[in-house]
Order: sequence, then structure tokens, then C-alpha cells
Amino acid sequence: MSVPKDLRYTKDHEWVRIEGDEATVGITAYAAEQLGDIVFVELPDVGRTLAQAAAFGVVESVKAVSDLFAPVSGEVVATNGELTGSPELVNGDPYGGGWMVRVRVADQDQTAELLDADAYDALIAAG
Amino acid sequence: MPYGPHTADDRERMLGALGLASVDELFADIPEALRASRLDLPPPEPELELAARLSALAARNRTDLASFLGAGVYRHWSPPVVDQILLRGEWYTAYTPYQPEVSQGTLQSIYEYESLIAELVDLDVVSASHYDGAAATAEAALMTCRATRRDRVLVSRGVHPHYRETLRTYFGGGLVLEEIPLVADGEDAGTTDLAALERLLAEPDRPVAGVIAAQPDFLGLLEPMPEIGVLAHAAGALFVAVIEPVSLAVLAPPGAYGADIAAGEGQPLGIAPQYGGPYLGLLASTDALVRQIPGRLVGMTTDLDGQRAFVMTMRAREQDIRRDKAASNICTNQALLALAASVYLATIGPHGLRDVAAGGAARATELQTALAAVGAPRIHPGPYLNEFAIRVPDARAVHRRLLDHGVLAGLVLADAAPDDPSLADGLLVCATEVTTSDEIARFADALGDVLRGRPPVAVEAGAGGNNGATTGTGR
Repeated sequence: MSVPKDLRYTKDHEWVRIEGDEATVGITAYAAEQLGDIVFVELPDVGRTLAQAAAFGVVESVKAVSDLFAPVSGEVVATNGELTGSPELVNGDPYGGGWMVRVRVADQDQTAELLDADAYDALIAAG
Repeated sequence: MPYGPHTADDRERMLGALGLASVDELFADIPEALRASRLDLPPPEPELELAARLSALAARNRTDLASFLGAGVYRHWSPPVVDQILLRGEWYTAYTPYQPEVSQGTLQSIYEYESLIAELVDLDVVSASHYDGAAATAEAALMTCRATRRDRVLVSRGVHPHYRETLRTYFGGGLVLEEIPLVADGEDAGTTDLAALERLLAEPDRPVAGVIAAQPDFLGLLEPMPEIGVLAHAAGALFVAVIEPVSLAVLAPPGAYGADIAAGEGQPLGIAPQYGGPYLGLLASTDALVRQIPGRLVGMTTDLDGQRAFVMTMRAREQDIRRDKAASNICTNQALLALAASVYLATIGPHGLRDVAAGGAARATELQTALAAVGAPRIHPGPYLNEFAIRVPDARAVHRRLLDHGVLAGLVLADAAPDDPSLADGLLVCATEVTTSDEIARFADALGDVLRGRPPVAVEAGAGGNNGATTGTGR
């Protein structure tokens, strides 16, 4: 499984795409595979302010329910409404159509703490 | 497989495998002060003597009374087939299915229960099942908090006092519970005060998660449920209807007046009145809340061979998987009682249930007329179904004296609602389809005598009602 080089990652298996002061967040292909078929994604309302490392949503598969943790602090500017009707996008296209929320980053320093692709690769290789 | 407790050898071997010296070490995580101390139990008795002592205790129950007691638990005729099916070993001894798909019969029975109750309440999703109406109502309140991410719930004082007590217990951990007063006088006396509800909903910076009202309310009165629902929804709150299932054969179901959640006591559906239960908590919701509803959900699907199959579904949010983040801490259900409700509903059918509800209402009208004629009028003017409050001077003493006349004159309202002075002289009485004209005459005659100060005549045991104050059947 290839981990995209242009993204940043967390130890909780979220990916983050930084574009200007906005960060798009989803879960990694590894996380999606571990969870199995995803049947429901619960996302926050637009406008809600997320705190780094706090739970902001829930992803539910046929066998487990996991919290989503905010990689960075900031206000939610968009959520992926497609996931309401097609949660399987998270399994099929985790880094594209399976994106979950877009956040306006409150503190750019927090993005520096995120893992790069190599570090995340090493994390999942270590199990 | 031996069907007895573990032998000392078994315990030694298990402790050896765990590397422990004593069973107590398994509880080391629990602080000493919180552990149970030695139980203060009398020494064991021979079975014969014990049975005789328990029989003597049971014989002290009055089973000769004509009962007009309802207040959340109702006497109904239950077809013998209900208990007969319950007693079959496949149902009676089977515990909650931990490997559910193997138990297709159990799953089918739960699926049928959910289908029957969904039809009755006119909502999409029914969970199977909860301990009793109070627990189901409290779970409904928690659902509104999770779904709205708000922490303040308003409950009408028309909801059963025991349910409100259970709600307070559940809400002790940081959630806010406030009571909506009842209208004090006039045409709407005894029903939820809509103006007060509107004020509570409009308090700035105090958003409300859910509004809870009962239909009929604790005093037997019919509530303006559609209006309560409109007010709740306008404030962004969810609306919880506490229902009595038999009444839904003649009253509008929660789904028809905009309730998001229905909760209630399932006892009237084929379950005998028993002191302390076991009873059955009904809980249903709209599809939008399916991920918030706790308890078992069973779905119908097809297996790999294309055959009909039943599955336990939406399990991932339950306690065994989500631990402290589970939708609730409910970890068992009332499958046997849910089965009783299913068999009852399937046996008597929709027309039968309508007859039960309408029969009770007709008996209640007869009762009300008879009691008013001897000087015990209703307290509230509004419409009721089969239960109502009457005003009797010195109600508690009258209630006690009526026992000597072989009559259980309902509930002393001063005991149930001590903080409501308007109910100080009240008795809450009910009739169902099993109430007879003889019993009603016995109650009215005895009440007339008591109110005029006449002593009781000797009561013929067993005359009229034969199962007034029910003893537990030990189910």
C-alpha cells in the first residue's frame, strides 16, 4: 500500500492535506482497511471549532466504531456530504472522494508536528 | 458438561493458570472500601420449611380485592397462549444471544416484536428492549442529548413520578433536567403548561435537547401532544412521547403527531402486574436517530443462498465494542417479556387491541359516573381515556377504610405527588376491560358508605374481582 508523499499524517491514522491556511482531513487507506467496510461517517457541523487531538466525529464500520481526532485546531469550513449516502468512498478512495472535513488552521505551528509520509510508513510498518 | 458450580479443584486449576493465589486478587483493582462486605444472611433452611414460610408470607397478599389501581401498571386479560409459549424451554431458559446469528428463532422473535411495536407507535426503528418504561424514558432523554449535542432536557410533570425520579438519577452526572409545570386550573388543569414550556424553551443561551411528555399523562389526562411537539421542534429540540401501548389502538400514535422518540412501559401487553417487575421498556425512534438508539436491533436480510435470514445489526455502537463511548450502558434486554408482548399482540390482533382500549374507556366512564353519584367527582375537567383522579375528603383514610370493604381504591395521590397541593385530596383510579360492573358497584357502594360514615359489611371473599392485588407469579 502506497502512502501519498504530498500529505501529512497523524498517529491516529488521519491524513492531512495543507493548502494555504486550510487543511483537508481524512483517514488513511491503512485505517480504512483495518476498519473494514465503512457504513457510516458522522461529521461535525460547519462552523464548529475543533481542538487538536479532540474527537470531532465518528467512523463506523461493520465491526467497529472509531472516533476521528482533529489533527490540528481550527474552524470547520466544509464537510464531505457525499459520505452520508456513500460512506464506501472512504474504503474506495480514501485520499480523494473519501475526504471528511476541511478546517481553517488556527495555528500553523501545529502542522509542523504532523508526520510526513516516511514517518507514517514506518509507523504502520511497525504495526 | 456438569451443571453445577465449580469444584475446589476447578478453582485451584484456574487460579494456577492465572498465576494467582486467591480469587480476591481478581478484585484488586476495586478499592477495598467499595467492595461488598460479607452478606448478612440467615443460615440456610430445609427446602420444605422454607417453602412453607414463603407460602405463609405470600398468603398475606390480598387477592380478594376489587382493584382500581393503575398508575403505570394495568390489569388486562392475557390469552393463555402467551404464558404457554413463554414457558417453552427454547424461550424460557435461553439467555441473550451472544452468537446471535446461530439463534435464528430468537432473532425472528425480536424482529417480529420490533415490527409489531413499530406499527403501534408509527415510528421507523424499535429497539429490543429495556428494563421498564422508566429506563426506556431515561434512555430516550440521553438520546436527545447525544443527537443535538445539547445537555438540557425538559420533562413535563405529567410524566410518571417514578420515571422522573429515574431521569434525575440518569441526569446526575452533569446533564440538566428541568420540569415543566402542569396547568393549575381551568379546562386544561392537570396537563402540561404550554406557556411555561414556551418560556423554558426561550431562555437565552440555554438550548434544549429534548422535551418529554406523556400520553395519557400520569393523571390519566390527554395531553396536547401535537402542540408540545411543534414548540419543541421550533426550538431545535427533539420530542419524546411517553406512551401506554394499549391506548395506541384508539389514540393517535407518536409518529402521527411528530414525536422523534417514543418510550413507554410494555407491561400492558400480556405481562401480569407484578410488584417490581420484570417489565418491558419500549423504545422507538425515527430513522434519523437509528445510530442513537440503544438496545438490540434485528434486521431481515438474505443469506448467501438467497434465503431469508435475520441478523443482529448496528452492534458496533454497543457497550461490548465501544466500551465507555457506547450509546448506553444497557447490556442486556428483556427478550422473554418482549416475546410476551409479541405473542399478545399477534394473538389478539389490531381489532382485539382496539376492543381492549375501547372497553377500558367504556368501563372508566361507567366508573366515573358511579363515583360522582356517591360524592367523589373528578378533579380535572379535561378528556381522559381509562384513568382519572377523583376528589375525596381525607383521601388516605378513605383509601384505607375501603380495603376493609374489599376495594383497592387506586392510588393515594398525596403519596405519589406530595408537592402538588391540588392533588392532596385525590385518588387516581382506573378501569380496564377486565373491570366488571359488579366491581364498580362494589366500589361506589363502599365509597358512599365510607363517606357517610357507615361501617363495612362483611366482605364475601372472591366476590366480583378475583385478582385485584396480584402477587408475583415468580416469572
